[in-house]
Amino acid sequence: MNWNIFVLRELFQRKSKLITSSLAIVLGIAAIVSISTITTYSEESVAKELDALGANVLILPPEVSVADYYSADFQNGELPEEYVTLIAMSNVEGVDNMSPKLTLPTDIKGNRVILTGILPKSEFQNKTSWQGAGIFSRPKICGSAEDVFKMNQKLPQETLARKRVITNLEHHEVLVGADIAKKLHLKEGAEIAMLDSPFKVLAVLPTTGTIDDSRIFAHLHTVQALTDKDALLSAIEVVGCCKQVSKGLISNLQSLLPEANIVTIAHIVDTQVKTNALMRNLSYLLLMIIVIMGGASIGNDMYNNVYERRKEIGILIALGATPKIILKVFIKKAALLGLLGGISGYIIGTVLALALGPLIAGVHVFPILYLSIIAVVLSICIAIGASYFPARYASRLEPSIALQEN
Amino acid sequence: MLRADNLSKIYKKQDGKVIAINNLSLDIPTGDFVAIVGPSGSGKSSLLLMLGGMLFPTEGEVIINGESIYQLTLNEIAKLRQQQLGFIFQTFHLIPYLTALENVQMPMLLKGLSSKEQAENAESLLEKVGLSDRMDHKPSELSVGQQQRIALARMLANNPSIILADEPTGNLDSETGQRMIQFFFELNAEGRTVVLVTHDIRVAEQAKNTITISNGTISG
Repeated sequence: MNWNIFVLRELFQRKSKLITSSLAIVLGIAAIVSISTITTYSEESVAKELDALGANVLILPPEVSVADYYSADFQNGELPEEYVTLIAMSNVEGVDNMSPKLTLPTDIKGNRVILTGILPKSEFQNKTSWQGAGIFSRPKICGSAEDVFKMNQKLPQETLARKRVITNLEHHEVLVGADIAKKLHLKEGAEIAMLDSPFKVLAVLPTTGTIDDSRIFAHLHTVQALTDKDALLSAIEVVGCCKQVSKGLISNLQSLLPEANIVTIAHIVDTQVKTNALMRNLSYLLLMIIVIMGGASIGNDMYNNVYERRKEIGILIALGATPKIILKVFIKKAALLGLLGGISGYIIGTVLALALGPLIAGVHVFPILYLSIIAVVLSICIAIGASYFPARYASRLEPSIALQEN
Repeated sequence: MLRADNLSKIYKKQDGKVIAINNLSLDIPTGDFVAIVGPSGSGKSSLLLMLGGMLFPTEGEVIINGESIYQLTLNEIAKLRQQQLGFIFQTFHLIPYLTALENVQMPMLLKGLSSKEQAENAESLLEKVGLSDRMDHKPSELSVGQQQRIALARMLANNPSIILADEPTGNLDSETGQRMIQFFFELNAEGRTVVLVTHDIRVAEQAKNTITISNGTISG
């Protein structure tokens, strides 16, 4: 025989007692596991939705609203280009990509077009300060930008529309939106004149159904030079890491650039983000409740157990048990109770999440294995923590009192 | 040698003090068989518990083989009980959810013996007390006589040199009780010291020495 068998025998002697004493902790763990599981998948869903939006954060001049930006597409306010450096050099987490832009109206053969200066990715790579400490050296949290930064890989032109990134764009090359290309009969390789300078059409972009279809994209520094707007921008489009957008990226950017107007289009998934935050907070609340209620329940049960078992404690002491052994027996019992509570709570919580996930959050949910470890560790810690004082009390019982009572 | 020097035990109750043992001294030589007799409430069980390191005296000391046991730490007293003392109680005090074999294994588990050694020794002891066919039975499945024999086997598990028995025949019929007393004589013949508390004068008469306790002191 060993102490584990001894403790198991004692625990399973009264199964109903075992169930009731671990009920509070099982239910608490189940609630935390189910909420965490649903929240995790719900956040993942939000992340995917935000990722699908492409650029999801706009850094605009203070006087420009997001509505102005999308409706008129150009405005009077400007931003200094050094903001890009500031962001790249900062420790703000969640900036997967940036696209500084300068947008102006101009004419091509008497047709009014929107000219947008953009910075190709190669410019970022070449700029040591941006590369060394900036966003490209950061771990890819969301993974959305991972493909975008493969330098030697030729990216499809849709990337510009989708991820706001173009790899290479020479100083007198342009990319032409689908609508304007059609209107001006422009094709890849065509020559055009803008702002009294010649440009070559690098590519015609596929139709996106957005205002990009009416734009002509040229190198940012070329546009700045030709319009006397050196080191000025109309906007910085940011592909924010999906999770970070809902976890403080905006406020962190705002702290970094207090003069700028930083807006997100994450409001599209705002309700779900808020629900996730609510559920996350709820799980913290539950954590506190389980620590208090579960701990109190187990602690109370352990005190009762010590009282009920005082005769057996007396026997053990009569047979030569040291206080340390008595303490060990009760702590083992608590750990086992915690283990059973944690496993049961994880299973119940996961089953609940699988059933309720689609109903509550509209997402498909799968078991999260690492939560089982958290559930078990949490449960064992609560059980042991709550049982320590009853166990210590048991180890200090005077055996004669227990034995004489009989 | 088991000795008590000026031993007193006073219980504090809500309505005053109760003197269980009052300035009692005794010497029990190694290998003796002593019966402690006296009326109910005379203090004989308290004395036995104090002799076994189970109850701290209010005053005085208990000396086992030259060592004042209440000056030892709790761990040292536990080790002393583990290695030198064996207890037998009137109500057996078996652990109800363990089998006969496991109950006998308990002292050896406390001593740190391996499971195999525990099982082998426990089987041998249960055979010695005639319960080899009841090893896997729980106490509730056994008669009171069988339960007392399990308690006896358990007490012998760590080969104690001093046996302290509190009314060991109190719950047994006369025939089973006599068989139990016979066991104590056999153990005493092996050189062990036996101290037996009883209110049964017929049992006491069989002991080598008798100590009569009345109102917490030796009266005869």
